[in-house]
Amino acid sequence: MDIDLILRVYPFFIEAAWVTIQLSVLTTILGLACGALGAAARMSRLAVFRWIGAAYVSVFRGTPALIQVFILYFGGPQIGIQLDSFAAGTIALGVNIGAYMTETIRGAIVSVDKGQTEASRTLGMSRWKTMRYVILPQAMRMMIRPLGVNINALIKGTALVAPISVVELTYTAQRFIGSTYKPFEMFLLAGLLYMVIIYVAGQGIAWLDRRARIT
Amino acid sequence: MPDTPFIDIRHAAKSFGSLEVLKDINLQVQKGQIVAIIGPSGSGKSTLLRAINELDPLTSGEVWLEGVQVNKKLSHSQYEKHVNQVRQDIGMVFQHFNLFPHLTVRGNITLAPKLLKGISTEEANRLAEEQLAKVGLSEKIDAYPSQLSGGQKQRVAIARALAMKPKVMLFDEATSALDPELVEEVNLVMKQLAQEHMTMIIVTHEMGFAQDVCDRVLFMDQGVVVEEGPPDVIFRNPENERTRNFLRKHLAAQK
Repeated sequence: MDIDLILRVYPFFIEAAWVTIQLSVLTTILGLACGALGAAARMSRLAVFRWIGAAYVSVFRGTPALIQVFILYFGGPQIGIQLDSFAAGTIALGVNIGAYMTETIRGAIVSVDKGQTEASRTLGMSRWKTMRYVILPQAMRMMIRPLGVNINALIKGTALVAPISVVELTYTAQRFIGSTYKPFEMFLLAGLLYMVIIYVAGQGIAWLDRRARIT
Repeated sequence: MPDTPFIDIRHAAKSFGSLEVLKDINLQVQKGQIVAIIGPSGSGKSTLLRAINELDPLTSGEVWLEGVQVNKKLSHSQYEKHVNQVRQDIGMVFQHFNLFPHLTVRGNITLAPKLLKGISTEEANRLAEEQLAKVGLSEKIDAYPSQLSGGQKQRVAIARALAMKPKVMLFDEATSALDPELVEEVNLVMKQLAQEHMTMIIVTHEMGFAQDVCDRVLFMDQGVVVEEGPPDVIFRNPENERTRNFLRKHLAAQK
């Protein structure tokens, strides 16, 4: 193993890791927004919204995220959507993970005992108040861990924007392999940095989960 | 005797697909009356109770409370407004308590009054203290439901319903999920409400309690009211063969 090489290229990898972190954070935010909207649509009283929500989930979970990234980045300009690679990657990945998060959020909400809704509605609380004050506070606690699983997948999934030249970890590793011919070291370094990011994210989620349980 | 009954259920019918669970039921309850509904499981007694506050709306028939039709046919948004309003007058206690596990006892009791009646936090707290004192659980005001026994949970659930100052209380097998030694504390609270002349409709398996507390007993089977009358008649000298069979089996099972 070429330790000297690793020490020489390592600052570039740190910079790339920072891009991966930014991608992950923005994708998570966008994914949560899409997931919340998707779940609301899936559980709407109106069939149109339920249908849209179901279509969203099956399209984005039913096709490879890589294809979704390619369609937006390469296919977008053809239909008038011109985005730089970072924006295209973030949006494609965010909308993609949002489909998974839709099901996670919906699952947590429907897993709250039906008796909770009945008790709340019986007191005269509206659907919305019941959701806001009775169901969501309970569902939120239950969705932290499964959303953590989605976020874990999403962080690893950020590697899918390497082919559209976002200078994140995987892309950086590939670029240095091109000039150094040392794939073992380069991929190992990238992998290690992914592991650190995922570990920290996992700890954060576990912390949130513990905190939610105490109260 | 007032002319119009406090609660008036007219020609209530309900079916799930081809299954008729309620068939042309009529029930009038006067203010301050306590009515027990007994019958085998699947007889429709819980469904009837849950029709009164539109938790399980009827397929046809009418439910009236103090001259207001509960199950009015309205557009969706108007209907929602209407039921949210009338439900405030109809307290309900469930078999499985359904306390809100993320809120303290205080939170459970004050949530709806604060949100729906716009009362201040201090007022809501006073209300919680008052209702808890009534069910004998003042010291549990800051406990979470998970820290309470079944009997205590049910008493909090009763306090939560009473905090809305309902005109009638519905009890859906309120003691069925409790360990036998915890049944009495809940029964005591219900008896106390009876003494205060709260109008109550009680679906129960506890014949002794029904006999002690209720003014009237309805025996339901297969979606119809088979027999109704004062508890002494229903329990001592029922006319109908089905009522006799049910009571015999029930008493045998309790021994």
